[in-house]
Amino acid sequence: MTQVPDVNGRFGAFGGRYVPETLMTALLELEEAYAHYSKDQAFQDEVRYLLHKYSGRPTSLYYAERLTKHLGGAKIYLKREDLNHTGAHKINNTIGQGVLAKRMGKTKIIAETGAGQHGVASATIAALLGLECKVFMGEEDMKRQQLNVFRMQLLGSEVVPVLSGTRTLKDACNETLRYWVSHVEDTYYILGSVTGPHPYPMMVRDFQRIIGDESRQQILAEEGRLPDYIVAAVGGGSNAMGIFYPFVNDDNVKLIGVEAAGRGVDTIEHAATMTKGRHGIFQGSMSYVLQDEHGQVQPAHSISAGLDYPGIGPEHAYLKDSGRAEYVPVTDAEALEALQLLSRTEGIIPALESAHAIAQTLKLAPTLDKDKVVVVNLSGRGDKDVEAIMGYLGVDKHESH
Amino acid sequence: MNLIDTAFARLKSEGKTALIPFLTMGDPDLQTSVDIIQALEKAGADMIELGVPYSDPLADGPVIQRASERALLHNSITLVDCINVAEQAREAGVEIPFILFTYYNPVFQYGLKAFFELVQSKGISGLIIPDLPMEEDEEVRQLAEAANVHLIPLVAPTSKERVTRIARKAKGFVYCVSSLGVTGVRADFHAGIDEFLATVREATDLPIAVGFGISSREQVARFEKQCDGVIVGSAIVRKIEEAIPLLQDTEQREVGLKQISDFVAQLKG
Repeated sequence: MTQVPDVNGRFGAFGGRYVPETLMTALLELEEAYAHYSKDQAFQDEVRYLLHKYSGRPTSLYYAERLTKHLGGAKIYLKREDLNHTGAHKINNTIGQGVLAKRMGKTKIIAETGAGQHGVASATIAALLGLECKVFMGEEDMKRQQLNVFRMQLLGSEVVPVLSGTRTLKDACNETLRYWVSHVEDTYYILGSVTGPHPYPMMVRDFQRIIGDESRQQILAEEGRLPDYIVAAVGGGSNAMGIFYPFVNDDNVKLIGVEAAGRGVDTIEHAATMTKGRHGIFQGSMSYVLQDEHGQVQPAHSISAGLDYPGIGPEHAYLKDSGRAEYVPVTDAEALEALQLLSRTEGIIPALESAHAIAQTLKLAPTLDKDKVVVVNLSGRGDKDVEAIMGYLGVDKHESH
Repeated sequence: MNLIDTAFARLKSEGKTALIPFLTMGDPDLQTSVDIIQALEKAGADMIELGVPYSDPLADGPVIQRASERALLHNSITLVDCINVAEQAREAGVEIPFILFTYYNPVFQYGLKAFFELVQSKGISGLIIPDLPMEEDEEVRQLAEAANVHLIPLVAPTSKERVTRIARKAKGFVYCVSSLGVTGVRADFHAGIDEFLATVREATDLPIAVGFGISSREQVARFEKQCDGVIVGSAIVRKIEEAIPLLQDTEQREVGLKQISDFVAQLKG
């Protein structure tokens, strides 16, 4: 496939920069700074140092033997992004963008967050680099993810509740962009996914591709060949893009993105952007969007706050329409089942987001021969979700007292 | 000739500045939007911006966000509904030019060609798409030109060297954003506002209008000297919000309309 994005930030028909004029100069400056520093050895060294010494990379590619036996099909490897500092892949990107912000001379950063993982990762890097940090979070998500709210506060960040619209990730993104428009002269926006206007989808992909780069080396070392399938959950799509990207030109490696079907794709409560959405412009780029016939963006629903988003990164739209990747829906119930199964068979409690990728693997692996290899991106750990899971499973919190 | 050009030419010959109110269509309902437009023309509005409610109004502050939410929630207002308001207002005798203010996605979903046919046939003279910077506007600009609809660009204090390039492609007038940030009432404008307006003036022979955050007669007067037009949005939308109980009561409706038009009349000075 040809190199994407092009100079205008286009992945085929997708991407671009659909933002108010007030932001354009900032985006162009960011693009220029990134182009400069991505070739700067000292910058790259600092990012690599922090990924290694601070976040603990490389994360392991773990052969999930008991899960494999349980399913009786393909060999399943888990890319353990849950073992990163702060518990998810999000830190790969915030380290990169945090160091970039500092090199650009910015002292204040802002970020949006859904599940709180990107918010925590941003607050963490802000603390580490001595930057002032505000995190915008939907009021609804703040209720679902109280622990992460407190984590961010402990790390010295301000969590700004978003009361507009759906009060979830979608409107947290809107509010962060609005704040950025007002403070663009001294503030750096650490966008957390492969979404938004150019250069974010490209830049976040580049900072996340370490997941795929490592996986490639590791699976070659383990199996002496590339995997047959890579499975990853997609909300905005950063963990999936990170693990897919280094394999995009390997046509024999099938790429599967798993999106949140919520209560089912035939209900109105889902976040299945690829299955049910259409091409549209949303939060700065052209991609697939969940919307009504008039182009109004529709609220999404997922048990997982991190996937509860009516858009998806433009490069995923490009991979879908070119047929290079496939996107499949997984329901709340399937994700919860998968979460419990992985916990019991492997002693790993995955994040609800990652549980969607596990759920798809439960469907896929048994249909494959034992000599096939599936790599699943275990993008985050489930600690942040434990309380919510208790609620979903109907466990009485006070029973043990 | 486009009505916007005619209006600015007339105002210039009279030594006057255009007052351009912004209204969210369908807030509180479409008929009231038509009635408010009539009242504002009488109060001295020289053009009207017809705001299309959108689910994700990135460039707008809380007041216009709330108006959009109301219009979508109570009336499921569509792009076509908003364009039809222009036709109804025209039929009711309104003569001033209409400028449609819409985010890009509703237009994109409707289909660009069909959209411009509709806009042209319903008597809309100008178009503002706040999330369509010049890097993305080529196709829209060509279709707008063919339809004799002015695609009015925004320039911001942060636009810097982009001002010249944006102004070169502009039609109708150049919309200068008075301050960083979203729409909404504010006390202060960008520190470099005067210099910025001078830069824009230098860059174009077209009229220049200023908007974002202008809410009082004093602020309008401040910009009248430097600009050919002043746009007032949130302050009027807030007046409408306050008047909703009156507007929805058949006996009090005229009182509500008068509150809104009195506000606009005093802005005009």
